[in-house]
Amino acid sequence: MIYNEEYETLPREALEALQLKRLQAQIERIYARVPYYRAKMDEAGVAPGDIRTLADIRKLPFTTKEDLRKNYPFGLFTVPLERVVRVHASSGTTGQPTVVGYTKRDIGIWAELMARCLTAAGATQQDIIHNAYGYGLFTGGLGAHYGAENLGATVVPVSGGNTKRQIMLMRDFRSTVLLCTPSYALNLAEAMVDMGIDPREMALKVGVFGAEPWSENMREEIEKQLGIKAIDIYGLSEIIGPGVAIECVEEQRGLHIMEDHFLPEIVHPETFEPLPLGDKGELVFTTLTKEAFPLIRYRTKDFSRLITAPCSCARTFYRMEKVTGRSDDMLIIRGVNVFPSQIEHVLISIEGVEPHYQIIIEREGSLDTMEVQVEVSDSIFSDEVKTLEGLTKKIQNEIKDLLGVSCKVKLVEPKSIQRSEGKAKRVIDKRKI
Amino acid sequence: MKVEQIAIFLENRSGRLAEITGILAGKGINIRAMSLADTSDFGILRLIVNDTESARKVLKEKGFTVGTTNVVVAEVQDKPGGLANVLQIIKNAGLNIEYMYAFTQKSGETGLIIFRFEKVDAAIDVLVKAGVRLLSGEEVYAI
Repeated sequence: MIYNEEYETLPREALEALQLKRLQAQIERIYARVPYYRAKMDEAGVAPGDIRTLADIRKLPFTTKEDLRKNYPFGLFTVPLERVVRVHASSGTTGQPTVVGYTKRDIGIWAELMARCLTAAGATQQDIIHNAYGYGLFTGGLGAHYGAENLGATVVPVSGGNTKRQIMLMRDFRSTVLLCTPSYALNLAEAMVDMGIDPREMALKVGVFGAEPWSENMREEIEKQLGIKAIDIYGLSEIIGPGVAIECVEEQRGLHIMEDHFLPEIVHPETFEPLPLGDKGELVFTTLTKEAFPLIRYRTKDFSRLITAPCSCARTFYRMEKVTGRSDDMLIIRGVNVFPSQIEHVLISIEGVEPHYQIIIEREGSLDTMEVQVEVSDSIFSDEVKTLEGLTKKIQNEIKDLLGVSCKVKLVEPKSIQRSEGKAKRVIDKRKI
Repeated sequence: MKVEQIAIFLENRSGRLAEITGILAGKGINIRAMSLADTSDFGILRLIVNDTESARKVLKEKGFTVGTTNVVVAEVQDKPGGLANVLQIIKNAGLNIEYMYAFTQKSGETGLIIFRFEKVDAAIDVLVKAGVRLLSGEEVYAI
């Protein structure tokens, strides 16, 4: 099933013509209304009139999270606040959160895109949708909610937490569609078994999972344990929230990007040069229709590649490969944003601890684990085990207090952590996504 | 009556112990007594050697984290109850032992117990008063 047959199956030529028209209008509007963008474009020596083809987008400067922070909270909005009907914000554990805004029309488009996604996953208005994405500043809960309502399905706005009750409701309501993070899906499956409920006896048929990277192995595991189809959804609040791209239930291979609203590019993660179609690199998006908070060439820091081959579902939108990694150091550990600099902050605040550390991220089963390796200097060394174990406990506690994520602290020998020759390699991410 | 002991931080990796003993051997340093405390992640190697200062220096040069602490070395009769007797004295005095390890002497008549006390001076006082023979650093290093 396709929610918006007209747009989702547009022939490439017509789609690209539409993209160009929307891009030009968008750039013109942004240039006219946002001094910050105007200054950046002037500096790059590019005017709205220079955008004559889609490839001309390469002339435009990138936008990064840093630009968003600099303009906190509303500096990049292109409409007056009275036209903004909603804001969402990132968790913002380091410094300022990033704030995004929506006009009434933006919310309508977002609801349509989410409805498209749910349809691509096989949901219809007959379905009972259990929405366990968090409601609030996070875009997940409300984004999915509006989409499900738009589809005409029955939404259960359960939000996160209280797993036992969720399972009870899911069972009693005969919910058919599950929306949550992939790791939570596995937790639900486990909790059902603990409660003596066979997950396969639930009415669930499909789950739409996103907001954190997950592997094909994890998909298999979820599908097996819950007896459902597990569909990957992609989105980020800066671009709109969930609903930027979705796997179709027919193929489950690559996520169709809502190209009539977002223009994707893949660039080299270090040189930022555009890469040939099909190459892997950093995913960059330009919004084509957003009113309140449009973005030009926003660097997502997510790694992917574009798949141009036709899909059996008949959608003409290019697909993006499942996101396999992030190009910068920000870590998402069990859904929490963690920056290595925060770990550094904790370590340095403890007397005698050297700022030589490394963060090892692994995934055990469905859970991310973080190990912080700290070198043992003379000043913290002791001949007594309990002293050293007390130290690791102290570091663990302080990291937990600051970040809300528990980790394991491992003491290592001096100089055993590779020294940087320029940019330090703080993070070793061993998660096989 | 304090005896110097060096402690070395070790990650649980194969070959590390051999590396340390090799380094000491290369400098002609003899190990008098040793113990290894280990956890799942790391170990602490404690050594009494015939030349503490040289051992500390060469290990530091090789990049190890080395600490020096004072321990007490007590002689006990190498027969049933020999150790029990000393421990009873320590217990009665309310002293805390952080850790201890033992080795026997060539003669086979006495054993040596190495104690790491929370309060070294107080412990020496108690043990000496109770008539326990404590070895000086020189004696231990020369064994």
